[in-house]
Amino acid sequence: MNPSQTDRGPLFFRDRDWHPAAYTPGYKTSMTRAPFRPLVAMGSTLSEETGPAFGHSMIGALDNNLILNFTGQPAIGERIIMHGRVLDENGRGVPHVLVEIWQANAGGRYRHKKDSYAAPLDPNFGGCGRTLSGPDGAYEFLTVRPGAYPWPNRVNDWRPMHIHISVFGSGFGQRLITQLYFEGDPLIARCPIVKTIGNDKAIQALIAPLDMNRAIPMDCLAYRFDIVLRGRRQSFFENRKEGM
Amino acid sequence: MQDLDYLKETPSQTGGPYVHIGLTPNKLGIEGIYPVDLGESPIRDGAKGEIVTITGTVSDGAGMVMRDALMESWQADAAGIYPGNDPRGAADPNVTGWARIIADFDSGEWVLKTVKPGRVPFPDGRMMAPHISLWIVARGINLALQTRIYFEDEDNEACPVLQRIEHRARVTTLIAKKSGAGQYRFDIVLQGDNETVFFDI
Repeated sequence: MNPSQTDRGPLFFRDRDWHPAAYTPGYKTSMTRAPFRPLVAMGSTLSEETGPAFGHSMIGALDNNLILNFTGQPAIGERIIMHGRVLDENGRGVPHVLVEIWQANAGGRYRHKKDSYAAPLDPNFGGCGRTLSGPDGAYEFLTVRPGAYPWPNRVNDWRPMHIHISVFGSGFGQRLITQLYFEGDPLIARCPIVKTIGNDKAIQALIAPLDMNRAIPMDCLAYRFDIVLRGRRQSFFENRKEGM
Repeated sequence: MQDLDYLKETPSQTGGPYVHIGLTPNKLGIEGIYPVDLGESPIRDGAKGEIVTITGTVSDGAGMVMRDALMESWQADAAGIYPGNDPRGAADPNVTGWARIIADFDSGEWVLKTVKPGRVPFPDGRMMAPHISLWIVARGINLALQTRIYFEDEDNEACPVLQRIEHRARVTTLIAKKSGAGQYRFDIVLQGDNETVFFDI
């Protein structure tokens, strides 16, 4: 089946018991930003099954290298490769989709005017990267491992080390933002944002294991993180009148 | 029992307060990494159809205008064809259909200048009224909210999506109000009185 046929079916329904709920009081900001009324549910339409496509012409050579892409001089911190595949729920690689990441520097400081944490900025670290998945859905970034940082929620809340990830599928209804956490971080179990997810298996799906097979000796460590997007139905019997 | 061999979708997490670093770094002032931010406009010069400007805000349940919201829009061209993987054919080459929209860091107002989309069929063949799909993320939103912008001066009565909304008084929250020639107003309320309709779709 060619890609133009596989990327057109109706989307699998989202499992909203698996995703975080909207109203999660442990994460205080969610309390006024969660809809109180029920979502209006229905199957996908062309508006969700189609989506924007991005070309290699818009990706620069260093766009997925956060160690060098800000000034050309290396950022300070623990050098890591972050890599994995973009898959759908059918287990197929999702090719040629845009993956964007952003993160704090090795000390936990973001290059953002609203971040006033005492840890200093790294003059050679910007904090964003992007790439397109390959023909089999594979992607990779070179970056530094971000530090933990405090945030104004409860008095002494600290975010685990994490990298924010934004990913596109072939349909706008697959659009997803999430966060990658690192194997073994003791802050994961204490984080109110992690715990917006009620299912422990779902939390485990956000923790990237150390991948020594992909590490480069005397250069950098590696972490693996696969991203799974909503799948598509393969039925040829979808276009019936309602009630038939 | 056999196992179903489907994978589970990666769980969502909030985009957080610093989402602009990753998605609109130039607008934040991080310049020199990317030549331009993606999604500056869903149309290019020469796009066919009526050019419209939609302005609005996103407010939280305490009535506060959110200055850290980020949205993306996706729409068909004036003939109702989606750019990209639409099985019905090729769209207007001057319509990319997708835009990334941020609230102004000071006022919280957002602006989308685009072409008014044509009608697109629902899966059963009935036509949906002209609409723009919106995807909204921000600090405090754990899973992006999905909504749609419809237009006050279009026939929205027969839209099979709007007909699904049981509480009819809420349909108006999805309809942009005309505020001048080619100008519309669309304010989004996340919670409380006049809460915008959001979809699980």
